[in-house]
Amino acid sequence: MSEKVIVCFFVLSLMAFNTIANESIATLRGQTSLSNEATPPLMEKVENRDIKRKRNYPMQPPTIPHKINNYQVDLKTNKCLTCHSRKYTEQSQAPMISVTHYMDRDGNFLADVSPRRYFCKQCHVTQTVATPLVDNSFMDIDDILKAERNQR
Amino acid sequence: MTMNTWMNHTMPKLSRREFIKANAVATAAAAAGISIPVSAKNLSTTHNQNTLTWAKAPCRFCGTGCSVNVATKKGRIVATHGDINSPVNKGLNCVKGYFLSKILYGTDRLTTPLLRKTNGKYDKNGEFTPVSWDEAFDVMAEKFKTALKNKGPKSVGMFGSGQWTVWEGYAAVKLMKAGFLSNNIDPNARHCMASAVGGFMRTFGIDEPMGCYDDFEHADAFVLWGSNMAEMHPILWTRLTDRRLSAPHVKVSVLSTFEHRSFELADIPIIFTPQTDMAILNYIANYIIQNNMVDQSFVEKHVNFRKGNDDIGYGLRAEHVLQKNAKNAKKAGGSQPISFEDFAKFVSKYDVDYVSKLSGVSTKSLEKLAKIYADPNTKVMSLWTMGVNQHTRGVWTNNLLYNIHLLTGKISTPGNSPFSLTGQPSACGTAREVGTFSHRLPADMVVKNPKHRKIAEHKWKLPEGILPDWNGAHAVKQNRDLKDGNINAYWVQVNNNVQAAPNMNQETLPGYRNPDNFVVVSDAYPTVTAQAADLVLPTAMWVEKEGAYGNAERRTQFWHQMVEAPGESKSDLWQLVEFSKRFTTDEVWPEHVLNKNPSYKNKTLYDVLFTNGQVDAFPLSETDSSFNNHESKDFGFYLQKGLFEEYASFGRGKAHDLADFDTYHETRGLRWPVVNGKETLWRFREGSDPYVKTGKGFEFYGKKDGRAVIFALPYEPPAESPDKEFDLWLSTGRVLEHWHSGSMTQRVPELYRAFPDAVVFMHPQDARDRQLRRGDEVRIISRRGEIKTRVETRGRNKPPQGLVFVPWFDASQLINKVTLDATDPISKQTDFKKCAVKIISARA
Repeated sequence: MSEKVIVCFFVLSLMAFNTIANESIATLRGQTSLSNEATPPLMEKVENRDIKRKRNYPMQPPTIPHKINNYQVDLKTNKCLTCHSRKYTEQSQAPMISVTHYMDRDGNFLADVSPRRYFCKQCHVTQTVATPLVDNSFMDIDDILKAERNQR
Repeated sequence: MTMNTWMNHTMPKLSRREFIKANAVATAAAAAGISIPVSAKNLSTTHNQNTLTWAKAPCRFCGTGCSVNVATKKGRIVATHGDINSPVNKGLNCVKGYFLSKILYGTDRLTTPLLRKTNGKYDKNGEFTPVSWDEAFDVMAEKFKTALKNKGPKSVGMFGSGQWTVWEGYAAVKLMKAGFLSNNIDPNARHCMASAVGGFMRTFGIDEPMGCYDDFEHADAFVLWGSNMAEMHPILWTRLTDRRLSAPHVKVSVLSTFEHRSFELADIPIIFTPQTDMAILNYIANYIIQNNMVDQSFVEKHVNFRKGNDDIGYGLRAEHVLQKNAKNAKKAGGSQPISFEDFAKFVSKYDVDYVSKLSGVSTKSLEKLAKIYADPNTKVMSLWTMGVNQHTRGVWTNNLLYNIHLLTGKISTPGNSPFSLTGQPSACGTAREVGTFSHRLPADMVVKNPKHRKIAEHKWKLPEGILPDWNGAHAVKQNRDLKDGNINAYWVQVNNNVQAAPNMNQETLPGYRNPDNFVVVSDAYPTVTAQAADLVLPTAMWVEKEGAYGNAERRTQFWHQMVEAPGESKSDLWQLVEFSKRFTTDEVWPEHVLNKNPSYKNKTLYDVLFTNGQVDAFPLSETDSSFNNHESKDFGFYLQKGLFEEYASFGRGKAHDLADFDTYHETRGLRWPVVNGKETLWRFREGSDPYVKTGKGFEFYGKKDGRAVIFALPYEPPAESPDKEFDLWLSTGRVLEHWHSGSMTQRVPELYRAFPDAVVFMHPQDARDRQLRRGDEVRIISRRGEIKTRVETRGRNKPPQGLVFVPWFDASQLINKVTLDATDPISKQTDFKKCAVKIISARA
């Protein structure tokens, strides 16, 4: 069994326990009491499959589907743009950054990427393989319309 | 702008290509005699289905105050994005802001009040059991009444938040100070902004920045003093980045005790030894004077000089040796007038060699930095947050920052801006402006001042002389008072103080679990603070209620209730006002006051505080019919509007003018003072600030003589420094993806997976010296407690040798078991950035 599977099993069993014994309500701590310290989970790897993930809505910044270890983004250079800017996408076959990234504060299109969009990681983040501690019941618009159709 | 016009900007539209493509498929299918099943259609074709309802709201997270457009469909949030019409963020959000749509939907939302019970009765050691609001308030009222009856107003307390909406904070102040006659109410903003407030009041006599975000587009240089804006104020960082990269002459200097993401943009990166920022600031003042770069005319006309009391202690318990030894522990805020020459002599000791040795910063870097301030042609914006405020000399450091702007006259003009950033969405709007601190009243007034109390009594239509004249317990003291059994009935709203407050094992937790105490926590989620409570109240959050926040540039922003809160959740506002119905004046006000003012007899606190003819002045019909308003519907009048208008009367004509209520629902916020419908961008300058008298040029009218104060204040060492056993500095803070204690962002899967667990960032050599490798499990131990975590030697934070950094968002790694409850003696704000720890392998 891989480490990941063990961790998943551990988290699931904690959650199951939580619903039976109501000793702890602080979901993010599992059943560890406030005065105790649990063994911290292993540091999870960044998912590196290069497979696009569905967005929750069109305006959501896509999460990064690959590792970005040691990517230099500073006053001198921006490694991300060496694949994702308009001029390099043909050779890289990476998705081009959104057109909004070529607009200034007032919505005018610029010759190149807007400096206000320069630091990519303010909006775009990698995803580790960690399993969320709590589920989230957000429904995207398609789920909502589908639920509505099913009600009829 | 009306809702319709901005809806047009954000309505999704079909592109021509999408339309043709969909039609082409349908045509082809029809030709081939195949009908497309509904579910396989690529488009939701009907207008009804394809239309989203959009409304604006300020972001729920930091003090930047970005405006967000929120889309709802069938009573649920389906999308959020940056508001293109907001001058703050112009369409941008940070990653947290883009995922706001999900913060309401963690599956462990609290939906019913939970009371600790055994065998059907309240028991401090019982299990959390669902109860009705009636039962919850019955038990809670009984506990508050018992405490008030037995020990008086000092035995009750409330801990609120810079995340309270304006009217929630205002209602809480009224309930505590005017209802229970207790000043034991403080916001968690004490942990983040109190030193900034202290700095403003001492230097200018009036709170909050004189400049605004427009300064970003005008400055020639930016200096970050203890602020990692790239992660903590990302949208302001985009404005700073835009300016730096668009105008190549612009320089950025970043000062910190460790290297972080903001250093990616630094022309002058500076790592200094903790606490020596004070010496660096005095060196810059000295440099300006030695090189004859003082703006003589400005200083002569607009500035006074004073020497502050030194040796003021560390805000620890009175019996602590550091408190006993401090000469001026009881007169920490005192100061005496001095001359410019005295000041020049005072700072002359801070020469480049002395300060370089003390701070570990090269003389070359120090000189480069000093020149930015000294050069009269460089417009400079100084920016700071927790590095300066969470500091045992935080007020002093704020004062020292203003010193160098005042010496050079670089203030209140576009681009010349000492700018104190805030960490919470309404630290300014609620905590500071409403005056939810234990010593304050609205509009910068204080409880100790009899004239101020009289004004408040008049505005609140209360019997004269009823308001308490004693300073209440501040955040850290509240926890000490709970532990010592001095506060016995306690209510926490919109914050997670068991995770946030320092020295959890020795102070916080013993106080919450003290058998003499009854602790109530209102929250949307079961936090660790809820876990430590006796009663938990399920609470509506963000756009589940109508709200108002005030950001760091004095901008007040409103939003409507857009969706319903789950289960029986109610807003903090509803809880405060509804709870007031359970108390009569006879139960909580002194008999002699009621005998003198018999018309107040036999009234509930609800009657005297909230249906006083002012708060209930606006009928339900004035609420916007496009939105629900669960509190107003319950109480039968436009509660938020009544509270806001009563509150605004404190500041109008007193340089804190707010516009009328309805205006804020139509704008993307306005910066106060709003006079004759016009907001104020730069205060204290003639032509920009209507409160500056003609011919004055500049006027710091917070002070009687219109002069700001330059303070002579020395470098003094921190409360605790590394030694042989506890050999590392510990600094704590945040990460971009999580906000504060993570109670919202840890429940958003994308944010959780981006940064799932806390780690200790440490220098690779420090790790090697302890036979540790990246990923190893370690114990971080201080004199007060310990946590277990894992070693990170790479990534976004690169501490120097001898210092480690741990973020505090992780509920399973409570780093505040380790931190020290030393505070700034003037502001009472904790220093979460400096204490001494040791790190050992967990397997040793």
